[in-house]
Amino acid sequence: MTKESVLKDVEEIMREEFEDDELEITYETTAADVEEWDSLAHLSLIHEIEAKFKIKFTMGEIQDSKNVGELLDALLKHVEEKK
Amino acid sequence: MYSFKELKKAAKLSVAAKEMKLAVVGNCATQFFSKSIQGYAKLLGMNLNVYDTDYNQIDVQLLDQNSEVYRFSPDNILIWLATDKLYEEFLDMELQARESFAQGVIDKLNFWWDLVEKNSKARIIQPNFTEIDDKALGSYSCKVETSFIYQIRKLNFLLQNEIIKRKSVYPVDFLAVQIRQGLNLFYDPSLYYNAKMTISMESLPWIAKSVVDVLSAMNGKIKKCIILDLDNTLWGGVIGDDGMGGIQIGELGAGHAFADFQRWLKQLKEYGIILAVCSKNNEDTAKEPFESHEEMILRLSDISIFVANWQDKASNIKMIQESLNIGMDSIVFVDDNPFERNLVKTIIPDIEVPELPEDPALYLDYLQSKNYFETASYIGKGSDRTELYRAEFERKKLQMQFGSIDDYLISLDMIGEAKPFEPVRFARIAQLTQRSNQFNLRTVRYTEDEIERVANDDHYLTLYYTLKDKFGDHGLVSVVIMEKISDKELFVDTWLMSCRVLKRGMEEFIVNKMIETAKSNGFEQVIGEYIPTAKNAMVKDIYKTMGFEQTDENKYCIDVDSYKPQNNYIKEEE
Repeated sequence: MTKESVLKDVEEIMREEFEDDELEITYETTAADVEEWDSLAHLSLIHEIEAKFKIKFTMGEIQDSKNVGELLDALLKHVEEKK
Repeated sequence: MYSFKELKKAAKLSVAAKEMKLAVVGNCATQFFSKSIQGYAKLLGMNLNVYDTDYNQIDVQLLDQNSEVYRFSPDNILIWLATDKLYEEFLDMELQARESFAQGVIDKLNFWWDLVEKNSKARIIQPNFTEIDDKALGSYSCKVETSFIYQIRKLNFLLQNEIIKRKSVYPVDFLAVQIRQGLNLFYDPSLYYNAKMTISMESLPWIAKSVVDVLSAMNGKIKKCIILDLDNTLWGGVIGDDGMGGIQIGELGAGHAFADFQRWLKQLKEYGIILAVCSKNNEDTAKEPFESHEEMILRLSDISIFVANWQDKASNIKMIQESLNIGMDSIVFVDDNPFERNLVKTIIPDIEVPELPEDPALYLDYLQSKNYFETASYIGKGSDRTELYRAEFERKKLQMQFGSIDDYLISLDMIGEAKPFEPVRFARIAQLTQRSNQFNLRTVRYTEDEIERVANDDHYLTLYYTLKDKFGDHGLVSVVIMEKISDKELFVDTWLMSCRVLKRGMEEFIVNKMIETAKSNGFEQVIGEYIPTAKNAMVKDIYKTMGFEQTDENKYCIDVDSYKPQNNYIKEEE
C-alpha cells in the first residue's frame, strides 16, 4: 500500500461522497477546493475512510489535517500500526 | 441494517405518498440524526419531511409562536436530550444540588410539552435517556443520590410516569437501542468531541429505525396477527412422529427455549395480537399438545384460528386472513422451514415472513429484535379479542344452517346503539381511526387527544356505534364524525366500520342514525365523500347503495327529508 494508491482509493470515496464522478484530488487538495466539502460532509467522509481501511483516526488528526496529503499520512500510519 | 451512507442517499428520494412532517429539536448536533430518520422512513415508503433545527434552540423554538418549527407546521415534534450533554450540565452543578437533577429535567420537559400543546397541533415524540457508565463511585453509585447513574435511572423512571399522563406524548426507547448495541458501539468519543454528535455512525440507523417504527405505528401501520407453524416452531420435534412424550416443550433441555417462546406469544395475545395456527398435520394430532400436554404454555383457548391440514400454507393463510378481515401486511408468519417461508413469501408478498435462525434458542431474541409489534395506542383491559374471533366462527357455522340471509340475520337477535363520543370511549375510537383501512371512507387518522378535541367542539356531531348479538358483544364497531360546514349542511369527515360486522345490516343502521341525528339537529343536507386508498375499494359505492345522490366523482349528497330509512334487523338498545 503506497501513498499514491491510497490517494486513488480516497478519491473514489470522495467522488461517491460528493456525488462528482470527475472529481480529482492531489496531496494539496483542501476542503476549500471542493464545494460540497463542509464540516458535516467531512465527518461522513472520515467515517467512510475509516470503514474502508478499518482504522480509526484520532481527534487531532480529524481536526488538524491541513490537506489530503496530511490525512493520507495519518491513514498510512494507522494501517502500518495494524500490521 | 442499512448503513448511514445508504440512509443519507435515501433521504433525497422522492416518495409518492402523503407528506408527513417531523421537526427535530435537541441539545446536541442533530443533522445526521435527522437525515437518518428521513432516509429510513423513505426506504419504508413513507414521505417523511424532517426539519432540523440548530442545536440548543429548544427554548427559542418552542416559546416563540412564530418560530421556524411552528411555521413548518409539523405533524410531530421530537425533543431530543442527549445524555452526554446532560452529563456535563450535571457535573457543573453543586454536589448537593445534583440530588434534584432528574426532577429538574422532568420539570423542563413538562414546560416544553405544555408549550407544544399550546402552540401547535403536533404530537410529541419523546426519546428516553441513554446511559453513561461514569464509574464515579463504582457500583456503589447505585445507592448515592448525587451520582449520575442514580439520577439518570431515576430520570427514565420519572419520564415513564409523566408520559402516562400525557396523551400527546409518544415515547421512543433509545435506551433499548443502546442496550442492544452495547456502549462501545453506540458511542464514538472522537465523533462527540469533533462534532458534538452523541451517537456513532454505526448506531444511527438503529436509532432511526426506532423513531420511524413509532411514526409508522402512529400512522396506522401495525401488526395485528401472528400465524404460527407447530413442529419445530412452537415445540421441538414432530408431533406426528415423536408423539406427546417425544416433543420438546417445558423446563427441560431444548424444551425451555420453546416454552419461553410460547410465554412471549401468550403475552402478545394478552395485548391484543391475534394468534393463529397453520400447520401441515392431522387436526386431532396437532391439537393434542394444546389440550393435554402439561408443559405447554399456549392452550387452544389462546388460539383464535386453528388450521391443521395437508393443503399448501399460502392457501391456508389466505383463508385465515379472509376470516379475520385484516390486511396481509398486518400479519407475521412464523415457520422454521425455509421452503414454506419462501413459498408463502412468493405467493403473498405483502405478508411479513421473518427469516428465523436455525437454532431454536435464537428464535425469541431474533423476533424481539425485529420490533414487529410497535403500537401507538393501548386500550388496556379488553385488548384480548380471542373470544370475539372464536365467536365469529360459531356465527359462520350457524349461517350455513339457514336458507336465507334474512332468516339468519333475524336469528342473531342483534342490538345496536349509537351515541355521541364519551370520554371512556376516546381511546378505542382513536384506535379504530388508526387501524381501520378497508371500511374507511376518508381514512382520517386521529389520536386520542384529537378525538377529545373533536368531541368537545360544537363544530362537529359525533357518533360511535356498538353492536351485540346472541353470541356475544362486538363492542364499539363504528365511528362517524360529521362536520358542520354551514347552517344546513353536514359533511361526513369520518365514517369507518370494523369489517367483522360487515353485511349484517350495520351499514344501514349506521346511515339511518346518521340522518336521524342530522335531522334532529336541524340540518337539511348530508354530504359524503369517498377518498380512494390502496385498501378501501370495498366502500367505493356505499353512499350510492344507501340512497345518496352522486354529485361529483367521489362526492355524494342527500336531503334528509327525502331519505328513506334502510331496512335492517338491528334493534335499538332500550
